[in-house]
Amino acid sequence: MISIKNLHASVEGKEILRGLNLEVKAGEVHAIMGPNGSGKSTLASVLAGREAYEVTAGEIKFNGKDLLGLSPEDRAREGLFLAFQYPVEIPGVSNINFLKTAISEIRTYRGLPPIEPKEFLAMVKEKQKLVELDGKLANRSVNEGFSGGEKKRNEIFQMAMLEPTLGILDETDSGLDIDALRIVANGVNKLRSAQRAFIVVTHYQRLLDYIVPDYVHVLYNGQIVKSGTKELALELEEKGYDWIKSELGEKAGV
Amino acid sequence: MSTVTTISDTSAAFLTHFEANAGSLFGETNLRRKAAEAFAAQGIPTRRTEDYRYLNLELLLKKSFGFRTELMRIPTSDDVAKLALVENAIVLVIVNGVFVPQLSSVDNLLAGLKINTIADAVVTDQTCAAHYAKYANVNSDPFIALNTMLASGGVFIHVAKNAVIDRPVHILHIADNEVASVFQPRHLVVAETGAQIAVIESFESIGPVKSFTNALIEVAVSENAVLDHYRIQAEGPAGHLLSTVQGSCAKGSLYNTYTFSLGGAWVRNNVNKVMAQAGAEAHLYGLYLLNGSQVCDNHTIVDHAQPNCLSNELYKGVIDGKATAVFNGKIFVRPDAQKTNAYQTNKNVLLSDDASVNTKPQLEIYADDVKCSHGTSTGRIDEDALFYLRTRGIGQESARRLLIHAFAEEVVDKIKIESLRIFVEERITAFLG
Repeated sequence: MISIKNLHASVEGKEILRGLNLEVKAGEVHAIMGPNGSGKSTLASVLAGREAYEVTAGEIKFNGKDLLGLSPEDRAREGLFLAFQYPVEIPGVSNINFLKTAISEIRTYRGLPPIEPKEFLAMVKEKQKLVELDGKLANRSVNEGFSGGEKKRNEIFQMAMLEPTLGILDETDSGLDIDALRIVANGVNKLRSAQRAFIVVTHYQRLLDYIVPDYVHVLYNGQIVKSGTKELALELEEKGYDWIKSELGEKAGV
Repeated sequence: MSTVTTISDTSAAFLTHFEANAGSLFGETNLRRKAAEAFAAQGIPTRRTEDYRYLNLELLLKKSFGFRTELMRIPTSDDVAKLALVENAIVLVIVNGVFVPQLSSVDNLLAGLKINTIADAVVTDQTCAAHYAKYANVNSDPFIALNTMLASGGVFIHVAKNAVIDRPVHILHIADNEVASVFQPRHLVVAETGAQIAVIESFESIGPVKSFTNALIEVAVSENAVLDHYRIQAEGPAGHLLSTVQGSCAKGSLYNTYTFSLGGAWVRNNVNKVMAQAGAEAHLYGLYLLNGSQVCDNHTIVDHAQPNCLSNELYKGVIDGKATAVFNGKIFVRPDAQKTNAYQTNKNVLLSDDASVNTKPQLEIYADDVKCSHGTSTGRIDEDALFYLRTRGIGQESARRLLIHAFAEEVVDKIKIESLRIFVEERITAFLG
């Protein structure tokens, strides 16, 4: 699905990612954990194509294509979806109109005929249920005046509508109470399939109780320093990130 | 008089033209003489005149603008049909500042609605005579003085007490001449107690010849009357428009203006409303879309003379190319105007490095128990929003269009006439390319 090799990326001249390697296959869920400043959100931004992030070395293949050569919109059209840590409010653009435009452009890119209005509305109705999103919210301006939880649910709703092959969740759990977290995680779980992969970026293990990953990676200083299964997340929760730091320190000392 | 000795050639040309033609102009010559004196005292504003500092009027008007308002060519009914904006409107056509009855739909009027030429009405209609030139003060602005001095024609619209007119009245201005000319249409709308009507003024130009239209409309909104006043400014690149609205709002009335500046080489709007009696309400909406070297200057004055009135102002602009926008919003709250609510917002989006905006709220508050606020913002397209849309598969250009459209929508949404709203939507789409 996606293969990241030796990825180096900087923001304003400061190197954040320093040789990151990651291989994700269809159907898998990978969690990326790490302390603040380790480069987790930078990874999510680089994958989505945010311009402020400069890739200085490395390559990313997404379904065989050179991801870094694609514009943000083409990445989305190729099946990549980023659920934002801080979803943007867009006054005046209705959620529905926005999704209709997005789906229409994605379908045009893929050479598919336009979606029938009836089919689109049925889809909206069905996918809203997935994250228990009120029908009224769908008709409001994108994220405008939404609560934190509503914004995150709206991200998952959009993901459900756009049906990506790779979903990246950037700290989707931040700022959520336990009920909202459960709803969001449920939505994601319903979207899991053999054809779809997820990269779940999170600081806390809590989310992984609900979205159970196949693999857990620890990001530190811009590199993946430790990989394992879901048990690694529990170990991190128990021992804290200092454990990784000291373990790395010992290695360096050997 | 010292004012006469310092007057510019351009100002002098207007006065000379007046002296030569005073006898043939409609209405009271005395009124026009007083306007001429007021004009002589003020003259055409220069760049040192604070309220007109962003417009080089001397330079513009010096360039061989004549006064020929006679029709070289009367636009055809096809021309007019193309410029119709709204289904089922009563269309009144003004070509080069003069009312053209054969292109207008004045027969078959509705009960309670009276329409006449201003030239006739000011002589034959007591109501018209009583209101004419009562609101627009010739000493407050040189272009009010100029129009009052040289007004060439226009319409008088009267809505009787409690009459609810369900067809909009559309005053369609067309500038179409073979020599560069100055046109001075003049209108008066009187909505009597409890009356209700929508008036649309549109401004168009045909052909490449320069025109300068100094339009003035006085609007008297009586007790509990409701008046929606739309203005669509869509002249071609040769059109120059200075448009003054002077409104008076009586007790419990509601007077809304919607100003859409969508064309013309330059546009200056003076929208002035006096909250003349307690409990009046007024909304002022504006949207300007500018490109190339267009200039659009919006000056508004809301004068809260009496207590318990509400005014709300929202002007938004999208400025591309080397265009310049000006917004100046004055709000006066007089000592008697306690419990005033007055709000003002101006927001601009700049689409290019060479586009510019000068925005200035000016609030003068002399009462102590009031709620007033103002806010302005000028910026680029929100990059975060643009990126967000792109990550959903929406291309950069269409994301940009979507955002600008959404920005304008807040004003467009206020239009209550569906076909007019669609017209403005289409103009926005065309503007965004």
